[in-house]
Parts: sequence; C-alpha cells; structure tokens
Amino acid sequence: MQQRRVIDQVHTNRVLLNGQLATPKWWLPTVTLLGLFVVVGWVLIGFMLNKGLGVTGLNRPVFWGVMIVTFVFWVGISHAGIMISAILRLTQAEWRRPVTRTAELLTVCSLLTALLFPAMQDGRVWRDYWMMPMDWARGVWPNPRSPLIWDPFAIGTYLTGATLFLYVALLPDLGNLRDRTKGVMHVFYSVLALGWRGNPRQWKLQTVGGILLSALMLPIFVSVHSVVSWDFAVTPGVEGWHSTIFAPYFVIGAVHSGVSAVVTVMALMRWLWKWDDFIRPEHFDALARLLIVVATGWLGFTFLELIFAVYSQEGQEVALREMQIFTWPWNAWFIVFLLTGYFIPVGMWLFKSVRNNIALMFWTSILVNVGMWLERYFIVVGGLSRKTPLVNSWATYRPSAYEWAIMAWSFAWVSFLLLLFARFFPLVPLFEQKESQTFSAEIKIGRARVPAVLREQE
Amino acid sequence: MTTQPETFGKHRWGMTIDVDRCTGCQACVIACQAENNVPLNTEQQYERGRAIAWIRVERYWEGEFPNVKARFIPILCQHCENAPCEPVCPVYATYHNAEGLNVQVYNRCVGTKYCANGCPYIVRFFNWWEPVWPETLRNQLNPDVTVRSRGIMEKCSFCQQRIRRGVRQAARESRELRDGDIQTACQQACPTEAIVFGDIANPETRVSKMRKDDRAYRMLESLNTDPAIVYLAAVDPDKAATGEAAHG
Repeated sequence: MQQRRVIDQVHTNRVLLNGQLATPKWWLPTVTLLGLFVVVGWVLIGFMLNKGLGVTGLNRPVFWGVMIVTFVFWVGISHAGIMISAILRLTQAEWRRPVTRTAELLTVCSLLTALLFPAMQDGRVWRDYWMMPMDWARGVWPNPRSPLIWDPFAIGTYLTGATLFLYVALLPDLGNLRDRTKGVMHVFYSVLALGWRGNPRQWKLQTVGGILLSALMLPIFVSVHSVVSWDFAVTPGVEGWHSTIFAPYFVIGAVHSGVSAVVTVMALMRWLWKWDDFIRPEHFDALARLLIVVATGWLGFTFLELIFAVYSQEGQEVALREMQIFTWPWNAWFIVFLLTGYFIPVGMWLFKSVRNNIALMFWTSILVNVGMWLERYFIVVGGLSRKTPLVNSWATYRPSAYEWAIMAWSFAWVSFLLLLFARFFPLVPLFEQKESQTFSAEIKIGRARVPAVLREQE
Repeated sequence: MTTQPETFGKHRWGMTIDVDRCTGCQACVIACQAENNVPLNTEQQYERGRAIAWIRVERYWEGEFPNVKARFIPILCQHCENAPCEPVCPVYATYHNAEGLNVQVYNRCVGTKYCANGCPYIVRFFNWWEPVWPETLRNQLNPDVTVRSRGIMEKCSFCQQRIRRGVRQAARESRELRDGDIQTACQQACPTEAIVFGDIANPETRVSKMRKDDRAYRMLESLNTDPAIVYLAAVDPDKAATGEAAHG
C-alpha cells in the first residue's frame, strides 16, 4: 500500500512523548487564552439562563436556532471516532494507526460539548433532570416516544463507548509514561495505568477489549446520527423536516464532517508537535480519498432531498426551497454551502498534489465544516421558517449576538479540552506505532522474505 | 393522584367555527387574553415574532384585483386527537386527557420547545421572559388561571377553568350538564356567534349537529391530526363553496 518508514522505538518514544515529558513553549499561552474564552462563554451561558431565552433571536415559529444547529454539528464531528476506530480497525486499514486516538478524543470532546446545547436552550434547564428515567417522586416517568429521550440514550451510549475505547487504547502508553516520570506525575500515571506491565496476558486482554469495543460500537455508527435526525424527521408538522431520507443523510453528512475535522486536527498536530515522521502525507492522502467517496455520497443525498421536495409539489416544500435557493440572503449562503461543503474541497482533493499538501488539506477540511454547519442551519432554521401552509405565520429569524458567541465558545471549549488532554497524554498511540513497525518488519528465510510476525486475523 | 369528578371522561369537548360568520373583529382575541392571563403584547413583541395570542385571526386575500375578497379564519389550538405535539414532549408536559383536551401541564414543562416545532398550526407559545403586567392591570388577573412563568410553553386550554366550573355547578345542582352551560371566552365574545363549543360525545348538542354540516372541514386534514375543531367553510355567493377554496 504505502511506503513504510523504519522508525526505531527510541525515536518513537522521544518524539511522541514530547508534549508530556516537556511542556512546549506555545502550550501555556494558548491554553490560557482559550481558557479565557471558555470562561467568558460560560458566563454568557449563565447570563442567558439567568435572564431567560429572550436574549436569543428565537421566535415563533423558529423555536430552534443556532444552538440546535451547533448541537447537530458537534454530534456530526463526533462521527470521526467511530468511523476511524471501529470501521477502519475492523477493515484493517493500516493507515488509521496514528489517527485513532485523535479521532476518539475528538469524539469524546465533541459529544461532551454537543450534549450541552439542547440542554442550555431549554426554558427551564434546572428541571432537565426530569428527562432521566427515574421517578423523582413526581409520579411521572419520561415519555419514551419522544426523540428527546432517545437522544440522551444514543449519545450517552456513544460517549460511554468512546470513553472506554479511548482509555483501553491509552493503557500501554500510560504504562510507558509511568516509567518515565517522577513525583506527582508518576503517581498520576501509575493510578491511571491500572498496573499495566505489558505482559502477554495484558496485551491479549487489551487487544480483545479493543476489538470487542469496535464491534459493539458498530451499531452506534448508524444509530447516533439517525436518532439525531429523527429529532427532525418524526415531526409531521414541519414539511422540510418530515423526510424518510434524513437518517442516512445525516449519518453520511456526519462522517463527512467528522473525518474532515480529523484532517484539521492532524494537520495541527503535525505542525504543533513537529510529528513529521509519524503523521505523513500518505495519511492525508488516504483520508482525502475516503472523503471524496463519502462527500459524493453525501452530495447525492443533498440533491435527493431537493428532488423529493420539488417532486412532491407540496406548497410549503416548494416555498421552502424557493426561499433557500432564490431569496436573499439564503441564496448567497446556499452557494457558499455547496462550494464549501463539496465543490471546492472535493474538486481539489482529486489532485494527488493537493492530497499530499498538508496546508491545503488543512484549509479544505475547514471549508467542509463551514459547509456542513451551513447545511444544518438550512435544515433546522429553513424547515421551521416555512413549516405549514398557514402563510401568515411564516417567519425566519436572526440569531442574536449571544447565540453567535455561544457557538464560538463551543469551538474554544473543544480546543481547550483537546489541548488539556494533549498535555498529559500522547495524541499518537505509541504502541500502535510500534506495532505497525513490527508488523511490517520482514525476515529472510532461505530465499523467501516473510513477515517477521505472524498476524492472527483481527 | 388528583381526584376527578365521577363524570370525568364522559364528555368529549369540541368546537365548530363558522368561517362564513367571522368578520375578523378580533373580539375573541381580546376576550381570550383577558380570560387566560395572557400578558400584553407590545408592538416590539409582534415584530420579533414573540407575541402570545392563544387565538388569532388570520387574514387571507382571495382573487385578483379588483375582485379581491378578504378571508378571516380564527386559529387556535385544534386539540387534535392525534396531536403531533404530544409524543415529542420528553416529560409528558403535554398529553391528551380523557375528555379529548390537549392539556398543557405548566409545572411539568422544561421548555424544550419541541411541541411548538411539532405543531403544524403554530398555536403554541413560549414564555421568552418573565411576564409583566402594568400596575393597573395586576388586580384584573383571572384567579382561576395560572400565571405562566418564563421558560415554559402555553396554549389554548379550551378554557379549562370554565369547563371545570360548569361541570361542578351541574354536579352541585344534581343535574346533567346542559348544552350551552359551558362557553369559552372566545365564544362568549363573538358577536356573530361564529364559535360554538360543546360536548361532541353527545349527538344532540349544537356543536355535534354543526359538525355534520355540508360545509364542515378540518384544518390541514392531510396531516391526519384529527382535530377537535371543525370549520364551516365560507359561502361564496359567486361560486359554489368548497372547503378547500375557503380557507385560503
């Protein structure tokens, strides 16, 4: 497949642990700045809860806005984890190795962020615990027919699985770090490493655990964003939402945005920690090729959605598309959405020189997520703006500064969590790196060259 | 559990609105506002799309100039048998009671606003701020109706408090509830008697008879929400009235 570089284990340890054993110079100022943004964001959210949702731009009939859009966006980003760790692991794609932990970490951080959004846009957030399946002496249980009950279950399952996955894959590296640290950090890593010694039994359990988790999490690949899409699709009152293609449409869109986000983070990792030896252009090349396929599938669904709408000739469906495609300023954003979501990035990825150019891959992957955010805005706000044939109640909405600020906060918050994690744990799994080196090593027996390690089928 | 009168579940409440009689005077809107402690709507609230009006009169224009006709249609919660707002509420703050009412339980509501998105008639309202009344109007609040705090949904209750009062009164006088004993505020205020409210489980009531009218139709019937409100289409002297043509 790709050319393999021979990297010895000492070099691997030294370079991949450069964030833990020594703090990079840029780390503290960056985290402080992000921390500042995060604090400001939390204050704004607190203020919104204190004053009421009147501070948003929401109105009747657009009861859901930027906050729900951002929720769907972050759940979409989280699909990176399941795609890369489970699907690529089970299909034995070798190039996944340096990416697995970042993808899984991105999943955990983005899910933690996503969960906050539907909660904070509730009128009485302090009563949200009533959605939990517990009898809080109210005599009323949650309503299992509501997609807002399915959501926490789907996302909670994913979050639990992703966290376990992240942790199981971290164990060997924690043992490695424990042996290289002193004092408080030594105790910290010792506790977390759960007595990892690297004996054959532990390796076996760790591998079996990883594969089991991948297999168990496979259904989540389909379920999470399907459930999120049903928040919209089960609503017969909103013509633009009530569509049977939403579940696969959302899932493929989520993979598109999630894998693109992994590309963004990988480029940053390569620049920030100078991991040129480990995060290679061929990884970007493989991800871009995967993305071309995913993005094209996604574009198909985007057009299907439009075709279904226009083919049915229902008044408000046609009115919705008319607004989205022909009315200022929606039409301008619609063009931006198509260009950023598909045509610019995929058009560029067709060229090998772009796929191997990390700076270009970085910027195109960001474009994809601009487009994907707009797509969710088109779906959520667009559908509500033209939801029934009662044209007197048609309205659209303008997000307030609060909503923009809280959306921006979520990006600072995810980056903050990622950098905090990166200070204490290696972002590229050392053992995966070494394993791939071992697997690709060959020995000579007589005239034949055979793999040095016999691999059991995963 | 709460105690209910023995007759609870015997009735099924419904309404008919004769669109032909509606003049668009908005008396129902004002009556509803006064009866149900709906806060005053300012111009700014209307502009921001945040005004609360449990019943509203929508106006549609029909025909090309100069043969233009104004059509009025009062729209309120349809109390659907198969309501899209009910299954989506995660905490059962809105549910269907045994008398066919789509009930909003204010103190269960957490304010997800999902029900409002589900409602195709757009008759659900969110309290974006804590409601305020001018000092002079405070004593005018209806003591039988909860004042809704911020962060929860509200909507037409078919004047639940009047229904309860009527049923209690009948029980106290040891008699059956008579047709017309219970009037909703909008019905009471309507000068042309376009709105009729009553028990649709009893075929002898005025509302039940009106539902069998040739002009009867239900709003957005294609969504299969099975509303408890039946509209009677406007009679157009120029052409034969059809249900679809009349509601715009």
